[in-house]
Amino acid sequence: MNASSPARDVLVHEMSLRDGMHPKQHQISVDEMVAVATALDAAGVPLIEVTHGDGLGGGSVNYGFAPHTDVDYLSAVCPKMTQARISALTLPGIGTLDDLKAAADCGVSVFRVATHCTEADVAGQHIGISRSLGIETVGFLMMAHMIPPEALAEQARILEDFGAQIVYVTDSAGYMLPGDVTARLQALRAVLRPETALGFHGHHNLAMGVANSLAAIEAGAVRVDASCAGMGAGAGNTPTEVLCAVLDRMGIRTGIDLYGVMDVAEDLVLPMLDAPVRVDRDALTLGYAGVYSSFLLFAKRASERYGVPSRDILVRMGELKSVGGQEDLIESVAMDMARERAGR
Amino acid sequence: MIGAAILGPGNIGTDLLYKMLRSPVLAPRWMVGVVPTSDGLAIAREHGVKTTHDGIDGLLPHLEADGVRIAFDATSAKVHARHAALLGERGVKVVDLTPAALGPYCIPCVNLDAVGREPNVNMVSCGGQATIPMVAAVSRVQPVSYGEIVATVSSRSIGPGTRANIDEFTRTTRAGIEAVGGAQRGKAIIIINPADPPIIMRDTIHCLTVEPPDEAAITASIQAMIADVQRYVPGYTLVNGPVFDGHRVSVWLEVAGAGDYLPRYAGNLDIMTSAALRTGELMCAPMLEAV
Repeated sequence: MNASSPARDVLVHEMSLRDGMHPKQHQISVDEMVAVATALDAAGVPLIEVTHGDGLGGGSVNYGFAPHTDVDYLSAVCPKMTQARISALTLPGIGTLDDLKAAADCGVSVFRVATHCTEADVAGQHIGISRSLGIETVGFLMMAHMIPPEALAEQARILEDFGAQIVYVTDSAGYMLPGDVTARLQALRAVLRPETALGFHGHHNLAMGVANSLAAIEAGAVRVDASCAGMGAGAGNTPTEVLCAVLDRMGIRTGIDLYGVMDVAEDLVLPMLDAPVRVDRDALTLGYAGVYSSFLLFAKRASERYGVPSRDILVRMGELKSVGGQEDLIESVAMDMARERAGR
Repeated sequence: MIGAAILGPGNIGTDLLYKMLRSPVLAPRWMVGVVPTSDGLAIAREHGVKTTHDGIDGLLPHLEADGVRIAFDATSAKVHARHAALLGERGVKVVDLTPAALGPYCIPCVNLDAVGREPNVNMVSCGGQATIPMVAAVSRVQPVSYGEIVATVSSRSIGPGTRANIDEFTRTTRAGIEAVGGAQRGKAIIIINPADPPIIMRDTIHCLTVEPPDEAAITASIQAMIADVQRYVPGYTLVNGPVFDGHRVSVWLEVAGAGDYLPRYAGNLDIMTSAALRTGELMCAPMLEAV
């Protein structure tokens, strides 16, 4: 429990303006960013992530270009906040130290440094610079279902040693069941220093977002990621408004006005969606096969272009043991499969 | 044969040694380390190569007597500056495999003619060696406004040095995409994949052309460039593409190594040692003619 804010038992970290960039193909305007963030701030949401879906510097042919830079978004949103803090995500190998410094200058309060669950040791430089800038720093272990709890805990230790103050178990594929979450959070808790806080980031591909978040909280997570209307990659993230309602019923305090986030979800975020973010067969395949949620729309587009079912492409991506960031492989796999099916 | 020294008996230096033992131009005369028990030094001695564990200071007194005219530095950016200065003073050419990049970038199949006479050339990065030839293959046909590469490498092929300074990879490779690849703006992304058995290095190259792409000319240029790279990296293979989509030109490659000292999947390391050797051979070929 966070001793510095007695009115809050769990910090709900809002993802619609970062993970929500994925279903939007990163096409969110500055005005939309400001409108949603301002409304979330007014609803008492304490922490809001604002970045390209693939983190700082994610704008690329590979992941898609947003209409604006991260600096444009952050410098528009940060000054408008009355109580909410703004976070930015970065993936070493994509985002650079220069990107971090530029984001810090915009007023970012929290950096989250994300690596594949086995590759924590590439995060040292980014965590180091974040801490040296005096910014709260989160280590974020993606695709955490791919390794056993004890192995994940070793990687968490590496992040802690680099200076991460909070370590996340990140279910990027929406593959975990509550027992998987519990085992991983417990394994981390057993080896990390007491002052290192734990967090959980879920995807709703098996509709486990809320259940997994509760399992995480029970196992000691004090931060949970969620997104209004669930706007996020795959079948989306844990829906903020649903999580807040459930936590409220359980007497777990978030400091968030439930009706406020319900209205943000319904009135602001839902109208932004180009297509429903739901457990369709492709998103379900992500969760079932343990594939990175952001691959969803790339597979759908490759399916249209090369005439191979998107579900089959996603299953193949899983068989190839692809990891987060390998969006470039999807088009190539679709071409391979189209050739195989044509018997060439 | 021209005498060569290898500084740094780690994975890269040792793999380079194996390749150099087959070179028609260069003969490895010295392997230079700092740890007496280094495996790389032991391997060098087994092949009749002289070794020292006193670093470059153990090598300098022997340069002339052993005819060392070129040195390959596979140590670290930190010590490269000193190595470069000491060797440069003595007229020894330097191929720099560290990220120091004191001299111009060299991708042998693209710009060796332009930089081959320099006293010190830098090999950019593994991802740069694998992908910049493709950017150059497009930009020699028509202007490229943007070149982006995604290098996916096996976790086992990425050592602690790269991991501790992953930004150096993205920065250096981006700079090489622009300076040597000829893209007006570059971007580099590296992805580390822990799959077991390890994946072979994969590279995706996206170029955005200023004008609509000349598909036939670009396809021919890419195929010719692949053949050029294959002369020193036989495992450099086109997997898919080029795909043309509006102004986008995309190519997917796999780079398998020769499996000398490093395993085949580590094409990212192999292409560094192969490109460095190729560069050194071409830099020294004129000396051979002069002998």
